[in-house]
Amino acid sequence: MRKLRTRLAALLAVAALALAGCGGDDGGGGSGAAGPGELTVFAAASLTAAFTELGERYTAANGGAKVTFNFAGSQALATQIRQAAPADVFASADIPNMDKVKDLVDTPQNFASNQLQIVVEQGNPKGVGGLDDLANPDLKVILAAEEVPAGTYAKQVLDQAGVKLTPVSQEDNVKAVVTKVSLGEADAGIVYVTDVTAGGDKVEGVDIPENQNVLATYPIATVKASKAPEPAQAFMDLVLSADGQQVLREHGFLPPPTT
Amino acid sequence: MSSRSRVPRLFAVPAALAVAFLAVPLLGLLGRTPWGSIGPELTSPRVLEALRLSLVCSLGAVAVSVLLGVPLAFLLARVAFPGRNLVRALTTLPMVLPPVVGGVALLLAFGRRGLAGQWLERAFGITLPFTTAGAIMAEAFVAMPFLVITVEAGLRAMDRRYEDAAATLGAGRWRTFRRVTLPLIAPSLGAGMALCWARALGEFGATITFAGNLPGVTQTMPLAVYIALETDLEAAIALSLILLAISLAVLVALRDRWFPSA
Repeated sequence: MRKLRTRLAALLAVAALALAGCGGDDGGGGSGAAGPGELTVFAAASLTAAFTELGERYTAANGGAKVTFNFAGSQALATQIRQAAPADVFASADIPNMDKVKDLVDTPQNFASNQLQIVVEQGNPKGVGGLDDLANPDLKVILAAEEVPAGTYAKQVLDQAGVKLTPVSQEDNVKAVVTKVSLGEADAGIVYVTDVTAGGDKVEGVDIPENQNVLATYPIATVKASKAPEPAQAFMDLVLSADGQQVLREHGFLPPPTT
Repeated sequence: MSSRSRVPRLFAVPAALAVAFLAVPLLGLLGRTPWGSIGPELTSPRVLEALRLSLVCSLGAVAVSVLLGVPLAFLLARVAFPGRNLVRALTTLPMVLPPVVGGVALLLAFGRRGLAGQWLERAFGITLPFTTAGAIMAEAFVAMPFLVITVEAGLRAMDRRYEDAAATLGAGRWRTFRRVTLPLIAPSLGAGMALCWARALGEFGATITFAGNLPGVTQTMPLAVYIALETDLEAAIALSLILLAISLAVLVALRDRWFPSA
């Protein structure tokens, strides 16, 4: 009896170890398009709120056709598309990540732009007034990883302003930065203006002046391997339409830069 | 167990599928390994940094688990206190809990606004998120149960007459523990520590959620693999290979315990 128990315990331990080994996985692709008009959109994490609303509009205008979103850091999405994840449309938060998949997508079009803001807790308890204040070593500053577009932009902004700091963490997508600030774990972060808007009333933004800021350009493209090219084009058209642009404005996005 | 096999022949097909399912991903990893550049990749600063940190954190987690977990295993195995089953269920919960949930729970308990974290910061000025100590804590949270249940099982299986004999001969409790019990449960303790270490080394979800991701401070190997995968596939593969090699080594080291030749 005792022996059996020992053995069971050991077995259980092995099984649990094996199970636990697959913890922490996320990302992953959708299942691809199924019914008529259905499609899968890979979009930058910063587009979460705006694209969810656009998806609802698309569904309403296309007889209930479902749009599946995969929101993550653009760099993660680009990697997934390179590994043949079933995406029909890709919307990136920067041009370099779109360039990484340029042989796999049709001609991209810029559909929005975004600027950076400092995100702090509601009420700005640490009195952050601008980028210079972030150099204060007592302040816990959190950024997106440099692999993430928002992290690259944040580094550019800090470099331009000559501010040197060591972040407490480099999160793997921009939404995680807002979350940790809203939980009070970090005092300040650098994110897109639109993330501060989406963060609700737990956080507020401190503007970064125009001459220190960057303009993040968002390109969108249909994926060549898509099994639903027409819905993909329809969704992209919706994003670029006056209606789609209106939704993006409401979520704080700026028009794409005119070239 | 029995020497005559009465296994339905049809079992061979799903069994072969199962083996393929488990083995093919490993082949995929090995097949895509850039063997030519693996040397420089393995000695690049980011890999070495993550490796060093992983060793520090996982060994730290094992140390915490031994210090706290062995006494707990003793109580669970030897003392019939009220609520013992409840305590056992609680201590094994992290084994089945999704690690990310563990991370969120740790954040809400030991974060700066957390139940215990608030007090820690006010009383001692200690904050745990985004620190190496926080990463060790996250790993210990998910790994300690493996040590506790393995040691408890060892204690239950051991022949207590040796302890009785030691006591009759005048040895005190502490002396009996050190000279008799500990040597007898050494194999269980070793196996528990190895399991605990392997689990801590592979920890991802709780660590990235609670401790964040900063190279050299909280970016352990699995986090480095995850981040590298997004930009540098070769580095991710190199890091994965190291983890695979370590896992195999643990398996080989413990083979007699897990697969006693029947």
